[in-house]
Amino acid sequence: MSSDRVHETPSEVSSSPNGGRDVAGPGATQAALGRASAAATPPTSRGPGSRHWLPTQPLVRHLLIALGGLAVIYAITSAASSFQNFEIAEVGAYVVAIAGLTLLTGLNGQISLGHGALMAIGGYAAALIGLHSSLPLVPVLILATVAAALAGAFIGLGAARLRGPYLAGATLALAVGLPAVAYRWPGELGGGTGLTLVQPTPPSFLGSSFDPQEWLAWISAICAVITLVVLANLIRSRYGRSFRAVRDDEIAASLAGIHVARTQILAFIVSSACAGLGGALFALSMGFVNPGSFPLSLSIALLAGMVIGGLGSLTGAIWGGILIVFLPQWATSFSNHFGLSKAISSNLAFGIYGLALVVAMLVAPGGIQGGVRRLVHGVRALRARSSTPASAGLNS
Amino acid sequence: MSTRSGNARWRLRTVAVSAIVALVAVMAGTTASASNSQSKADQTSPGVTSTSILIGSHQPLTGIAAAGYDEIAPAENAFYQYINSKGGVNGRKITFKYLDDAYNPAQTTTVVRQLVLQDNVFGIVSGLGTPTHEAVVPYLNANKVPDLFVASGCDCWNNPKKAPYTFGYQTDYTIEAKILGKYVTGHFGGQKVGVIYQNDDVGQGALKGIPQEVPKSAIVAKQPYSINDLTSASGLANQVSAMKSAGAQVVIVFAVNFGAALILKEAAQIGYKPQFVMANIGADPPTIDGLLGTGNTALQNGVITDGYLPSENDLSNPWVALFKKIHDQYDASEPFDGNAIYGMSAGYLFTQAVKGAGKNLTRQSVINALNSKGASYKGPGLVPLAFSSGNHGGYTGAQIATVNNSVLTASGPVFVTNDTGPITAYTGGQPAPPASLTG
Repeated sequence: MSSDRVHETPSEVSSSPNGGRDVAGPGATQAALGRASAAATPPTSRGPGSRHWLPTQPLVRHLLIALGGLAVIYAITSAASSFQNFEIAEVGAYVVAIAGLTLLTGLNGQISLGHGALMAIGGYAAALIGLHSSLPLVPVLILATVAAALAGAFIGLGAARLRGPYLAGATLALAVGLPAVAYRWPGELGGGTGLTLVQPTPPSFLGSSFDPQEWLAWISAICAVITLVVLANLIRSRYGRSFRAVRDDEIAASLAGIHVARTQILAFIVSSACAGLGGALFALSMGFVNPGSFPLSLSIALLAGMVIGGLGSLTGAIWGGILIVFLPQWATSFSNHFGLSKAISSNLAFGIYGLALVVAMLVAPGGIQGGVRRLVHGVRALRARSSTPASAGLNS
Repeated sequence: MSTRSGNARWRLRTVAVSAIVALVAVMAGTTASASNSQSKADQTSPGVTSTSILIGSHQPLTGIAAAGYDEIAPAENAFYQYINSKGGVNGRKITFKYLDDAYNPAQTTTVVRQLVLQDNVFGIVSGLGTPTHEAVVPYLNANKVPDLFVASGCDCWNNPKKAPYTFGYQTDYTIEAKILGKYVTGHFGGQKVGVIYQNDDVGQGALKGIPQEVPKSAIVAKQPYSINDLTSASGLANQVSAMKSAGAQVVIVFAVNFGAALILKEAAQIGYKPQFVMANIGADPPTIDGLLGTGNTALQNGVITDGYLPSENDLSNPWVALFKKIHDQYDASEPFDGNAIYGMSAGYLFTQAVKGAGKNLTRQSVINALNSKGASYKGPGLVPLAFSSGNHGGYTGAQIATVNNSVLTASGPVFVTNDTGPITAYTGGQPAPPASLTG
């Protein structure tokens, strides 16, 4: 807990916690991730910034927030058009994937550029199960999640030996190479053409004219909420504390009795499971998987969404998911509106990702969620100051 | 935050973040205004009013398949603008909204849903690409959206039972492979033949057709390539080397423009000079010239291909002359090449279908028109269309052509066939463009 307090005001720290010894090595990466993550996540202690109007018991707290979230989602999907619901389903899929990635990178300090490939595993698993069996929706999603988790366990074993840029490079190879495996077995895996999925239809009790896009949006959103609740509880548990301890200082963590490699592999498995579920939801909303649906740019977009949304923060994953789905659309309509050339319009979204990433890592490490927290803090501090004028002079 | 660097950092953060937030807000704003301006005016059928028809399409305007194919939709659009200048079809002006899918099926799925759900288009016309369009056929048919004249030669569009709303357009790859195969056997009989093909249904179509005309014993090598390979460091060098090691003297290629150009370059690099026989999706001379680069255009000399539309070089052909006139007026910024002819011909076919559907234009009426009268729609095609309630395939044949000095010259008879039957010569010729069009 005291470690959380130390990290509450990041970015003023000019020297790395490792005493500036390894400026360019993996240790500095870990430290940077730690600072960024801390900027985005709320403090766990009950200081003036914590939400004291919610119960303290983590599970109950998270379930209440989840219920509120489900109510908001119901309102949004009911008001949204068919196409917007299609986009909401996509957002849900990405939120699940980014939430897992942000746990891996923000909380455990492992960089992965290969989560697009893990999404592909989940998507293809869902498609294959759908093709070769008649299992209902929930078992299909669970099996796709498990498939990706197994892949994650396998990859995590190798990843546990790598740090920083080397891990990034290895996972990058995965992102580029894995989807292409489908080309190798065109019969079973559909090759370049891909596999189709039967999209789930709304159950009969909702009526025959219920928009199937809205049903897909609900499935996606409910899975996202469940994932966020599970991850939030995990983060508050001793596993979460082990993840953070390993990120901040592996040697200190292992001296404290934490098994570093096992912790890292566990983080990888959890994040892979999330990516797999996200991939299965993505495949369901598209009705289709093929290698071209999981290009390298997907892994990059997940990373960008995660960092810009707020590294290490689950709410940041929501911002990230929204960003990934809507920014390319906004970029296209912006370019069309101002008559910009095709070359600009097709690359504008990625240009903005790059720009925002650079700005985020340099001056706003907390991303969007960090900014929101600052805003809320600022408003609270203003209110506190105005309600107790006598102590105003002490607050500078 | 009392230190100088702290203040500077705070200012930098505020400025940088505000700038990005402002930019994104403006971008989001342009989307909101664009979608608000779509009004659902009086509509008898989605996308149709008494004075307008709105159709949509997905096209590879960017990405690896953009080379050449990105000219098709602007050319088709130019044709519609010309028709609109003459009052439209039955008083309705056609608006053609085509969106970029970058040859990525996930993006195709998104833009097609946008066109159908948000823009309420009457139908999707000339959706381009085999793996891309395959992603949306189930969706379009389940929602009874006309899916007309798919810009791809896959025989998968010809499935009236499962996809009654989908109609093909170009001569499918199996028919094309048969005609090319017949030429190979007739002119290079006894020589060793190799095949390089895209490893999706583009290639599958070729592999179904080639063995029907080229004896198995003559085929010494078959090499697939994936879209990924086109952007990899080695390109298609492995496939080309495999052809050389197998001793193939004739190489049949079914590839998109980018792939075809790569193959020509890589063969030259290893000093391999087989007779190339290329599917027409990768053989348009101006497009391939652009990809080969100045100084390399001679690499395409002698390449044998085929066509089912008149060549852009044949200005004595009344259709080509008409399309050139339209191009110069409405599409002058793009080259006038095979892609332009392709797009405008598809546009003409769509106007025929709409006219045939009658004044009471609904989605079902245009499907009915194609099922009952589609085969009678003659136009710039060198071969007839096969549309009927039992066949949604499109053009039924092709004529062999050779590339020399960036010019496509047709030769020999025009052949027609289907996926499994014999090849026969077609002597029906081409009608002249109607006076209403040229007047």
